[in-house]
Amino acid sequence: MLKTLASYITFDLLALEHGSRLGAALEFFIYDTIKIFLLLFVIIFVISVIRSYFPPEKTRRILSHKKEFRGNILAALLGIVTPFCSCSAVPLFIGFVEAGIPLGVTFSFLISSPMVNEVAVVLLWGMFGWKIAAIYLGTGLFVAVLAGLIIGKLKLEKWVEEYVYTFHSGSSHEIMKQAFKERLEHAKWNTVDILKRVWLFVVLAIGIGGFIHGYVPQDFLTHYAGNENPFAVPIAVAVGVPLYSNAAGVIPIVYALMEKGLSTGTVLAFMMAVTALSLPEMIILRKVLKLPLLAVFVGIMAITITAVGYLFNAIL
Amino acid sequence: MEIKVLGPGCANCHKMEELARTAVKELGIDAKIEKISDIQEIMKYTLSTPGLVVNGKLRHSGKPLPGIEKVKELIKAEV
Repeated sequence: MLKTLASYITFDLLALEHGSRLGAALEFFIYDTIKIFLLLFVIIFVISVIRSYFPPEKTRRILSHKKEFRGNILAALLGIVTPFCSCSAVPLFIGFVEAGIPLGVTFSFLISSPMVNEVAVVLLWGMFGWKIAAIYLGTGLFVAVLAGLIIGKLKLEKWVEEYVYTFHSGSSHEIMKQAFKERLEHAKWNTVDILKRVWLFVVLAIGIGGFIHGYVPQDFLTHYAGNENPFAVPIAVAVGVPLYSNAAGVIPIVYALMEKGLSTGTVLAFMMAVTALSLPEMIILRKVLKLPLLAVFVGIMAITITAVGYLFNAIL
Repeated sequence: MEIKVLGPGCANCHKMEELARTAVKELGIDAKIEKISDIQEIMKYTLSTPGLVVNGKLRHSGKPLPGIEKVKELIKAEV
C-alpha cells in the first residue's frame, strides 16, 4: 500500500517519467520516508508509554537488592525503558550508590541508557532491515552487561568521589501516580517532541540512501577501513569515541559508511562509540568519578565495542 | 507562592525553567521562581531532573517534560 502511494506521488502527481533515474530515486525516497516515520511514530509512542511505568526511582528500587551478573543484565534492560536526561546522571549515580546498588550494575545502566535507544533501533530497522536492528539491540545490551561486569570485578569503588558515599538524601522519593489516560497523553506529546527534533536527520539519512546511492566513490574509506584492513574496527572506534551525536544524528553517517562498503561490524562499532561515549557525559560524570575511573570506563568501553565489531565482521 | 526548578543546567532544565516562567506570567500570579542546581538540594526531592517543585511539593520530575498547559495546571493546583 505504501509502495502504491509512493509511486502515485512520484509518477502521477509529480509526473516524472517511469524508468527514469530521478523517478526511481524519488519513489524510493518517498516510500522509505513514509515507512520510517510510521515506524518511528508507533515505536516511540509505545516506548514512551512503557517508560512512564519505570521512573528512575522505581528502577533504583528494583535494582537495590540485586547481586552482580543478574543485576547487570537487569540494569542494562532497565536502561532501555527508564527515561533519563543526561543531566540527571549525577543524582542518579548518587541515588544508586546510596541504595546499595553495586558500582558495576550502576555502570551497566548508565551505558545501556544512551546507547540502546529506540530511535536508533527503528532507524536501523527501517533502513537496513530488522536483523541489523536486532543485532544492534542485542550487542548494545551485551556491551552494557560486560563492561559493567568488568568494572564491578575490578573493585574500583575507591575511585568514586568520597562525598558520594557520605551523601544522604534523607527522604525516600515517592513515585508520582499517573492515570492511564495521562500516560497516553504524555506519550503522544513526547513522541511529537522527539520527532520534531530528529526528523531532519532522518530525512537526511534517507536522502543519502535514495540519491547519493551509487554516486559516492568507494575507494577512499574502504581503502583505510574496509574489510581487508585488520585495524578497521579500532580505527572506527577511535574516530567514534570523541565524536558525539545522538542516535538519530549518527544514522546518516552510518548509512554513508555502509554505502561505501564498510562492513557491518565496523559500522555498528562506530555507531556505538559515537552514542555511548561523549565528552559532555564525561564532564558530568567527572563530578562523581575520579579521573582514573573515568579513564578505565572509557578504556573498557572502547575495548568491548572493538571486540563486538570484530566479532560481527567475523560472523556476518 | 514558591516555585523551584530542579536541574544542574542542561537544555531540558533551561526549558523547564522557561516553561515555569511562561506559566506564571500567563496565569498572572505572583510567584518566586528559583533555579536549584545544588545536587544535595535536588536530591531532597527527586533523582530525575528536570524537576518542578511548587510550594515544597514535587509536581514533576524527569523526562519527558510537560507541555505548557500541564505546567499551568500543576501550578494552578497550588494557588
